[in-house]
Order: sequence, then structure tokens, then C-alpha cells
Amino acid sequence: MTIVERMPTSTRRHWLTLSGAAAVWVAAYWVNGWLWDRFLYDRLGMNPTDRLTETLHFFLYDTIKIGLMLVGIIFIVTVLRSYMSIERTRALLGGKREGLGNVMAAGFGVITPFCSCSAVPAFIGFVAAGVPIGVTLSFLIASPLVNEIAVGLLFTMFGWQIAAIYIAAGLTVAIVAGWVLGRLGVQRWVEPFVFETKLGGQIIDSTTGLTFDQRIQMGIEEVATILRKIWPYLLVGIGLGAAIHGWAPADFFTRYAGPGNAFGVVVAVVIGIPLYSNAAGVMPLVQALHDKGLPMGTMLAFMMSVVALSLPEMILLRRVLKPQLLAAFVAVVGTGIVAVGYLFNLILA
Amino acid sequence: MIIKVLGPGCTNCKNLERVTREAVDALGLTATIEKVEDYPTIVGYGVMSTPALVLDETVVLSGRVPRPAELRELLSGHASALPS
Repeated sequence: MTIVERMPTSTRRHWLTLSGAAAVWVAAYWVNGWLWDRFLYDRLGMNPTDRLTETLHFFLYDTIKIGLMLVGIIFIVTVLRSYMSIERTRALLGGKREGLGNVMAAGFGVITPFCSCSAVPAFIGFVAAGVPIGVTLSFLIASPLVNEIAVGLLFTMFGWQIAAIYIAAGLTVAIVAGWVLGRLGVQRWVEPFVFETKLGGQIIDSTTGLTFDQRIQMGIEEVATILRKIWPYLLVGIGLGAAIHGWAPADFFTRYAGPGNAFGVVVAVVIGIPLYSNAAGVMPLVQALHDKGLPMGTMLAFMMSVVALSLPEMILLRRVLKPQLLAAFVAVVGTGIVAVGYLFNLILA
Repeated sequence: MIIKVLGPGCTNCKNLERVTREAVDALGLTATIEKVEDYPTIVGYGVMSTPALVLDETVVLSGRVPRPAELRELLSGHASALPS
């Protein structure tokens, strides 16, 4: 009997459905590549160099492409992440010293499924397990920063090198910032109740014993949840990107925020802080900005600032971090991101 | 049965509370459902991923919202295991 014949029918059916879905996805992606050229230029006879046409084309093509990318990335990453859990991360990080602990924590931050609403219980849980504050912060920084959506979209738009650079830079910022904050002796700036709360009861691992079907189900639900949450931001981001693509002069940003401008990166990072947007909403905007001359380093810094230093997350962290630590957090992480921006403007220029 | 839904108020936590009520009604169980949003209490149960479901002081799941069928199974399984 072949392997397929030996599988129980329901598993076989699920693999067939998955393969079918993957095939549909590939087909849709391929069709999107040429459909809009044919439709706008041939069918409707619009002029490709026309501003309106360019904008429309960008909008239609990008919406479908980004939508498909998001579905693919979120699904695959969620299923893969379901094999890891925050409880296991905590067990693995417990008692680790700073330095190595920061590196491990940052790595775990990337692969562990983590909802930011769990930031407070997770923080308390880590501290109770003997994870140093700095190491915990490395985890909390890396998790939103090395956002799989951002990485996937960067990969689509700019290639694997840029995506790899983003991951490496993000991990470095998380490791160094967490370590620096740890060295500052920030115990006194953590809300007391964190140390007083006893992690009682039995720690149940949130992802053990999940069947493959349940993991697939989680993947599907996560795609639906995220898309439902971000589609307005996505449309606005694509719309703005389309407008910039069609209307802004080609060297607009080189003039005002190009590599020569010393403050460009700092401004980009500062603007990123109050912008509450999922990485997906910012990406299409970012691509259009880059086309108009915004240097890559500035752009990466902006993206990092949007995802890692978001106002809602600050509000959440305020529950466990006193204002001084929160301020230090923003300052250290912000500086790290600005450094990344300048570094890559130099390297990639 | 004393049911507690642990969560600080994010969408998933509200969803878990809603589907739990629906499941309890569907099964016709006698149960009180309480929403716990206080962090120290949540952590006191050993929960780090919200939302979480506690049945008679035992944490039965955390970190996700189960499908209605699975939830009903959990509830009825726990109910039948109770001494009558």
C-alpha cells in the first residue's frame, strides 16, 4: 500500500483539500500577474503611462497580490507556530542568564505564537519563572518586531535579501535593547504586583495535544481574524501607495529625505510611533515611497517603528512597567531602530 | 458547575465567553459563568495565554477559542465526571 492509501480517510481528505487550496492559490497569484494588464490596457484601452491608469493598476494588482500573500503567510506561519507555545518558551528561558538569555528570548519571540493581549500575563509568568527582566523584554520586543507579515511582504516586494536583513536587524535590536534595559537595573521600575503575583495552579501548555486538523483550523481562523481586523488599513495603505505611485514626482523623497538628509531616519521613526497600523497596512505605502526615492534604511526603520513601538502596545505595557521604564523602553528600542536605519542607508546606498 | 472565562477583554476573550454560554445553553447544563479580567487572578491559575477556560477550578484550555463541538465535548465530559 502506498503511504496515501495507509492514511486514515479523514487525514487523506484533509491533505487533498490542502493541496487543492494551494493549487488554487498559485493559480490566483499567476492570473493576477497578467489579468490587470489585459483588462485595463487591452480591454478598456487605457493608456499605461496615464497617471490614473497607473494608480488604478497599482491599486487592483496590489490589493489582490497582498491579499493572497497575507493568506498564505498567515496560514503557514500560524500552523507552524502551533507546534511551539509560550509555556514551553517560559520553561526554556527560566533561570537563563542575560546575554545568552537575550539571544534565546529574541529567537523565541519570533517563533512563539503570542497575542499581545497576553503580554501582561506572559510578563508576570516569565518573571515568576526566574527569567530576568531584560531577557523578558527581548522576547516582548522581538515578537511584534519580527512580524511574519512584514517579513513576507518585504520578501514579495524587495526579495529575500531585504527580508533576511530585516529579520537579522530586528533580532539584533531585540537582543541589544533587552540586554541594555536589563543592565540598567530596571527591577525598581516594574510594577510591584508583578513580583507579588504567584503563578499558581498547573501550567497547562496551550498547544499540546492539538491534532493536525485543529492546527489547520487555527490557521484558517487566524487568517480570517487578521484579515477582518486589518482590511480597512490595508485598503488605505494601498490607496495611499497608489496615489503616491501615480502622482508624486519620481525623486520626491530623494530631495527631502534622501541619504544626504541627516534627520530623515529619526523623523521616520518618530512618525512611526503614533501610527497604529498592522505591518500589512504600511507595506504598500512603503513600496510606493521607496519607488519615489525613499532610502531603504529609512524605510526599514519606519516599518520597525510602526510595528514595535505602537501606542496600543505601550498602553498595555504600562500595566506592568512604570513610566520611567516605559520611557527607557521607547528610548532604547527607538535608538536601536534609528541605528539600523542609518546603518542600512550607508550599506545599501 | 462553576465556569470561569479568563481574559482581559480582547476580542477572543469575549468570543470564548459567548460560545461558552451558547454551549451551556445547548447542553442544558446548570452552571454559573463568570468572566475574570483581573491579571493577578488570571496568572494565579497558571495561565499565560488568554483566553482560558476554567471548569470548577481546573484549567481545561488556554490560548484559543475552541470550536462549538469541542467546547460541548469538554463541558459534557467534565459534567459527567462530577460526583452526583
